[in-house]
Amino acid sequence: MTKNIQFIPGSDACIEGALYAGCDFFAGYPITPSSEVAEGLSAELPKRGGKFIQMEDEIASMACIIGAALAGKKVMTATSGPGFSLKQEGIGYACMTETPCVIANIQRGGPSTGNPTHVAQGDTMQARWGSHGDHSIIAMTASNLQDVFQITVEAFNLAEQYRTPVILMFDEATQHLREKVVIPEPGEIEVVDRIRTTIPVGEQYYPYRTDENGQRPMSDFGAGHRFHVTGLHHNLLGFPDVSPENVNALIHHLVEKIDSKANELARYKEYYMDDADYVIVAYGTTTRSAIQAAEDYRNQLGIKVGVLELQTVWPFADDIVREKCANAKAVIVAEMNMGQIVNEVKRVVPQSEKVFFSNRVDNQIIKPADIKAALKMISGKGV
Amino acid sequence: MSDTQFDIKKYLRTQFFPQMWCPGCGHGTVMGALLRAIGDLELDNNDVSVVSGIGCSSRIGGYLDFNTAHTMHGRALPTATGVKLANPNLKVIVPFGDGDSTAIGGNHFIHACRRNIDITAIIMNNRIYGMTGGQYSPMSGCGVKASTAPYGVPDRAFDLMNLAKGAGATFVARTTVYHAKEAQNTIRKAIEHKGFSVVEILSMCPTQFGRKNKAGEAPQMMEWYKDNTVPMGSKKLADNPDLIQRGIFIDEQVPEYCEVYQENVIDKVMKKG
Repeated sequence: MTKNIQFIPGSDACIEGALYAGCDFFAGYPITPSSEVAEGLSAELPKRGGKFIQMEDEIASMACIIGAALAGKKVMTATSGPGFSLKQEGIGYACMTETPCVIANIQRGGPSTGNPTHVAQGDTMQARWGSHGDHSIIAMTASNLQDVFQITVEAFNLAEQYRTPVILMFDEATQHLREKVVIPEPGEIEVVDRIRTTIPVGEQYYPYRTDENGQRPMSDFGAGHRFHVTGLHHNLLGFPDVSPENVNALIHHLVEKIDSKANELARYKEYYMDDADYVIVAYGTTTRSAIQAAEDYRNQLGIKVGVLELQTVWPFADDIVREKCANAKAVIVAEMNMGQIVNEVKRVVPQSEKVFFSNRVDNQIIKPADIKAALKMISGKGV
Repeated sequence: MSDTQFDIKKYLRTQFFPQMWCPGCGHGTVMGALLRAIGDLELDNNDVSVVSGIGCSSRIGGYLDFNTAHTMHGRALPTATGVKLANPNLKVIVPFGDGDSTAIGGNHFIHACRRNIDITAIIMNNRIYGMTGGQYSPMSGCGVKASTAPYGVPDRAFDLMNLAKGAGATFVARTTVYHAKEAQNTIRKAIEHKGFSVVEILSMCPTQFGRKNKAGEAPQMMEWYKDNTVPMGSKKLADNPDLIQRGIFIDEQVPEYCEVYQENVIDKVMKKG
């Protein structure tokens, strides 16, 4: 069988990943540079019997996918910049109600309207802390389009397994880049379907009770279990319960179900890391320049530079980053913001004084030369 | 089905009674009218979804033994839109307050009207934010006293019927909790209507609105609904044009959103292959 090889933009890689994962409902609102995801799914979903709806605003499209998820759909929305700010209310509701959903945030320059058509990574902390109140979140990204496909499939899988919103932190550059993507055959990548309760209709169903497999199996509106969903603090039946013991257990659950699984959730890639004296920690588009910088240093100076690419940004992979950076003479964190993940790296690496920062916030992609300038400063040698 | 045969408890989660509304609140009457209307239609509990927002009125869903979602302030309609589009077999009902529907959710309201998705919106209009302590809403109206308008509200109220009509709702009706049987029948017709239906039910808040506006206790506020509302087109309007009209203002058949999406999009695209 000939392989399904496509030469497509990042938005299409994301769309193909969503469809492969079984996404059958999308609600969105036009915003640059994420609109291509909505456009593509408006054409593709109905071919498969799925539904697409353009809502009146970003808030409505977030609420709409939550409603569709409650009725049993695998759901997604996509947004950028100010739209991501507007989604935060609904993301919090999805966290609280443990509703699986995927939110693609195609990052652009900010704050405010910023620069809709250029790249940035300024929303990294917003993905983690953008919604009010204690909660945890899964956020993922990728640096090439094969990985955009793969990570999108995984985002849907994790949303189902963990009953949580998962945020895809792609950016304008990966969105508009074109690359070869091999679309896997069905079954090549595991797809996790909704984990549904086996409790017979008519028996008491607890939508928020953890079973022996560590799962909280769901039911759908209309399936007969007739459960209640609320953004209020609630008990295992889903009904409001503000007793201190209950609220304490709920908040601990919402945070720990993700944070305690940071190692299992960590998706990362290593480039030239085996013998690296210097480690560049990067994520998203930034990784591409980091790899080039590492290769230049190795090829031209023989200095052993490696790259640790974080695909799971949240929960932060404390143990993995600590271990991978343990033997490095210095660690350089490259990101297109004023310093967001660099502080996480400093937090976990034993000697925080050996963590350095290389950034750009001028709407331009961080270049290998930018990272090499930091390497030169640190190592005393440059290319 | 006559009321004597109808066991309202089959639609209630009675374990949560007594409900949390203040004595004299009109919302319990709306809940009764809604459940009797659902009983009239002999709907199965499993086939009904009640999606509400935030506020006193929106707590209604917790008491109802359906597929229920108590969502975010103002976001009941877009959430309900997701539920309905995902499963068009569900009867989706959105009972919520005047602040929820016309202020923070105002944009969602007009677009749900325009879209004509088969959802029944029941606006329990007490002209005040009850739960947060009696602040004024877009339905309070000029001169009304509220905790954020100690000298009287300076701005005008929406005419909800004209708002819904102008936005394209295909079933638009108003009634009051004094006219409980009329409310029941109106809600029944709204649920039967294929398309977006809006039912405004004037519902008193003696605690927050009544006290500040010297409107009396609940019985006096009920009397006010009796004395100050008339059926649509009543001759009394000639003498007193300020009377509030009750009735079904719009009831028209227009293609419904989920059906249009199925027929004009999914079926067409799938036929093309």
